[in-house]
Amino acid sequence: MDQILSLAATNLLSPIILSFALGVAASLARSDLNIPEAVAKGMSIYLLFAIGFKGGVSVADHGIDGTLAASLLAGIVLSAALPVVAFGLLQVMGNLSRLDAAAVAAHYGSISIVTFVAATSVLDSSGIASEGYMVAVAAAMEAPAILSALWLISRGGDSRRMDPELLREIMLNGSIVLLVGSFVIGWITGVDGLAKISAFIVSPFQGVLCLFLLDMGLVAGRGLRGGSGVLKPGVLVFGMVMPLVGATFGCIAGLLLGVSTGGVALFMVLSASASYIAVPAAMRVALPEANPSIYLTLSLGVTFPFNLTLGIPIYVAIASALTGG
Amino acid sequence: MQTHKAKRVAIIIEQVMQSRLTDALSDGGVTGWTVLPVLGGSGRSGAWSREGQVSRGTGMVQVVCIIKPERLDEMLDAAFAVVERHIGVVTVSDCEVLRAERF
Repeated sequence: MDQILSLAATNLLSPIILSFALGVAASLARSDLNIPEAVAKGMSIYLLFAIGFKGGVSVADHGIDGTLAASLLAGIVLSAALPVVAFGLLQVMGNLSRLDAAAVAAHYGSISIVTFVAATSVLDSSGIASEGYMVAVAAAMEAPAILSALWLISRGGDSRRMDPELLREIMLNGSIVLLVGSFVIGWITGVDGLAKISAFIVSPFQGVLCLFLLDMGLVAGRGLRGGSGVLKPGVLVFGMVMPLVGATFGCIAGLLLGVSTGGVALFMVLSASASYIAVPAAMRVALPEANPSIYLTLSLGVTFPFNLTLGIPIYVAIASALTGG
Repeated sequence: MQTHKAKRVAIIIEQVMQSRLTDALSDGGVTGWTVLPVLGGSGRSGAWSREGQVSRGTGMVQVVCIIKPERLDEMLDAAFAVVERHIGVVTVSDCEVLRAERF
């Protein structure tokens, strides 16, 4: 417990979390602080490229073993299974319609890449190593949850087919293409490639992440402000309980796979996080009758801040304790 | 100057549906349209602003097209098949154009 509290305190006082807190506070106080849309987009491209590239370099440097394929498979299974768990929990806690519950559940099977990036940053600063291919696991976990949500709806007699265009949009969304593409580039070019561009993708990384999380804080604050009346107490509690449930599943998967301490922590983070970019877009196409205010406020305004401030240190501490790392 | 009567159809729809709508318009025989960004608004789902949207799934756009009056019904049928289940507004208004052969 002491380890968790110590790590939580360190994490809460880190520049990235304080930047996020500044954004939330500024937004709630209705400040006109604003990050231009194009700047935010540029920073997200930078972060995705850097994290993907460094993951690829790590794989090139350390080589791959049998756990890569098993980890990818585990990620896909987790992404497909967690919406079923979330849907069941929502039936008990949320009192939502079947459509809204399925849409929310899809978000909790998919992942938040920003939470993943923040977690890798915490691991790096704590000196905890992780498998570079976890970037690929993150990419693999984006889409299966959406198919699970449609399956949950079809079980209720409301058949929704996945149109090929939507499937193409999900599989080739910009974040996945950039993450996987930069991972492959890092893998091909290895340590030599990293040496050539490290001044760009290593040194400025933490600073850019601070500014990006400042923007995410502004967005989360606006979401909370706008959606404060949307969430019923049960749904609000779900937004903080489901990450812990997901993290438990991720922890079990990581331990069974025998990955490193950092790998277990990242499995927990990925399973605990909720999407707020790819899945909302897919839900607007596939389940337009579902209320976007519920799933966006929940994933962006509740679960994202929870994971960023309390979740990540808890997951890292538990992974360290269980793996002896 | 000689002008010609035409119909101006403006459809505000979620950004994620934009290409599906314009594909339907194209299939419905519409040869031209203009897509405009929407900054924000308020409606049955509450107030909304483009500022701070992280997901393309929550953005809105306006698709505007000018067509000959006799083609309006066919065009609306094609558009409505896409927009029926989604958040949005469809308006039709009279307008006049200088070069009728372009529409």
